[in-house]
Amino acid sequence: MSPKTLYDKIWDAHVIERDDDGTCLIYIDRHLVHEVTSAQAFEGLRNAGRKVHAPDKTIAVPDHNVPTTPDRVNGIENEQGRIQVETLEKNALDTGIHYYPVSDIRQGIVHIVGPEQGWTLPGMTVVCGDSHTATHGAFGAIAHGIGTSEVEHVLATQTLIQQKSKNMKVEITGKLATGVTAKDITMAVIGATGTAGGTGHVIEYTGEAIRNLSMEGRMTVCNMAIEGGARAGLIAPDETTFEYVKGRPHAPKGAQWEAALTWWKTLFTDEGATYDKILTIRGEDIAPMVTWGTSPEDALPITASVPAPSDFQDGKVDAVARSLDYMGLTPGTPLAEIKVNTVFIGSCTNGRIEDFREAASILKGRKVADGVRVLIVPGSGLVRLQAEEEGLADIFRDAGAEWRLAGCSMCLAMNPDQLEPGDRCASTSNRNFEGRQGREGRTHLVSPGMAAAAAITGRLTDVREMM
Amino acid sequence: MDKFQKVTGVAAPMPLINIDTDMIIPKLFLKTIKRSGLGVNLFDDMRYNLDRSEKPDFVLNKPAYRKSEIIVAGDNFGCGSSREHAPWALADFGIKCVISTSFADIFFGNCFKNGILPIVLDQAQVDVLMKDAEKGENARMSIDLEAQEITTSDGDVISFNVDAFKKHCLLEGLDDIGLTLVKKQSISAFEETSAQARPWV
Repeated sequence: MSPKTLYDKIWDAHVIERDDDGTCLIYIDRHLVHEVTSAQAFEGLRNAGRKVHAPDKTIAVPDHNVPTTPDRVNGIENEQGRIQVETLEKNALDTGIHYYPVSDIRQGIVHIVGPEQGWTLPGMTVVCGDSHTATHGAFGAIAHGIGTSEVEHVLATQTLIQQKSKNMKVEITGKLATGVTAKDITMAVIGATGTAGGTGHVIEYTGEAIRNLSMEGRMTVCNMAIEGGARAGLIAPDETTFEYVKGRPHAPKGAQWEAALTWWKTLFTDEGATYDKILTIRGEDIAPMVTWGTSPEDALPITASVPAPSDFQDGKVDAVARSLDYMGLTPGTPLAEIKVNTVFIGSCTNGRIEDFREAASILKGRKVADGVRVLIVPGSGLVRLQAEEEGLADIFRDAGAEWRLAGCSMCLAMNPDQLEPGDRCASTSNRNFEGRQGREGRTHLVSPGMAAAAAITGRLTDVREMM
Repeated sequence: MDKFQKVTGVAAPMPLINIDTDMIIPKLFLKTIKRSGLGVNLFDDMRYNLDRSEKPDFVLNKPAYRKSEIIVAGDNFGCGSSREHAPWALADFGIKCVISTSFADIFFGNCFKNGILPIVLDQAQVDVLMKDAEKGENARMSIDLEAQEITTSDGDVISFNVDAFKKHCLLEGLDDIGLTLVKKQSISAFEETSAQARPWV
């Protein structure tokens, strides 16, 4: 048998039918659902008189619209948002899919809840009407976002019609320097490939620096695979993975655990398997990163300065001019001199316990700069509880930050947590697009440690100066 | 889904690269539980001022392009969020075809599910069409999916590739789900085998 990549192996295990032209019908093991991209799918299903094919493999949780303030128990003030969450609840109860309501301590961002509850397992196919489904690839699963029509397709059939993507390897060799995290890896990769560099590919992240990451860190790396244009990102499962999964509520137990483990241990890229594209970055060369523009590819080390349009070529020249105008930045300004008035720590990229530990290690015993609003939002109710038990929440409050309830929050600002026009934010989220965190708001993507450092100084700051 | 007919219409030039789905339809409009009515908010932040007045410089606000049916776009169109609201908004506005050097994967797939044809061409070809689109309302392009050909306002013909299955579905207005449900027995058989091999799933 010819050598296979990790992606090839998982793909092959899920092909139901393959047409001559390569179009495949693929089985979907887990379907995650949130309120923003599912209502039209359930409606389509109802209108066609169809049923949810596998309710047991379908998990729903509201996250995008939910407020992160304690008064949310009284309901969502915004009428449309409220209707969307109520619609999800009704659809979930009507169809018998698993559901975590806002009042449940397990509620949170769907990409944090899935792994936390053991729904996401190695070797699976995982989809969700949300591009950051790539997060689950950290377990060695094929995980990617789909549109609402495909949500409906999966609900009705538990399958997708797909063409296989190409294989891309991103290797991060060696060890990371102090102050450099998973977020910096993933930003450095996008900085190198561009936002279309992964288009048509599934990325497998490999190398010593990736192996040394915790599951939390691996999820951060895979989460932003989509920002590099890749269909999905994945990492071969190993002892770190198995240890994280073991004992989770929906992970296999007993004999099934042993059987699963046996198969999971075969999930790696065979010696001699080939990739269509390879990128190698030395872990030692990665510095704490920050974005200066309105595309995730606009990423530079914090020690750099704002570039000029003339530093670029082709269509990027005009795009950079537009970005700098939107961002209100002048070429040549050192990134570490850019003042911020808002800091957001949270999201499916950086809303896990390790992220809050990292932020707390910087904020401990320090105060947030005057005039800076700091919003810290856990990715799930369970992450919130753990952070409170570990004393992290007290550190945040003592520093002058707001410690909130779980949800997507200011990552995409569909709930009340939004930037005002002209606000400038150091954010641990994943997208710095125009208007992403609020119309005319300005976003600089950073790691949790970098965000915490910016909170203290009121400007983008090299976290290494604070360690 | 309606069958994809031959399109002849005005093409709007949008040379900006990396036009993301947050630009195509900002999150403010994702709170709907309907598919329809999003056209008025297509490119909302780029199209309207904060007081809701139109930005006259935005291409779709210019008299020549208000009824565009085609967009010729810069590289990596539709990147970012998976929101199908993006093609819903485009379709609701009346856009039937988008031409670029590349598209983000999820957006590309979403277009076909909504009767929009995304066409990938090389840079030189997109440059020709961008110039053609810049001529305004006199520049009416034609897209013939059956023949896989674009005809410029000057009568030049550019052929394009399209996945055979996706082409068939667009031309016939076919619903993927109906097609898959025909394969119900294969799906059941897969589930039975899989329940033995991977009972924990």
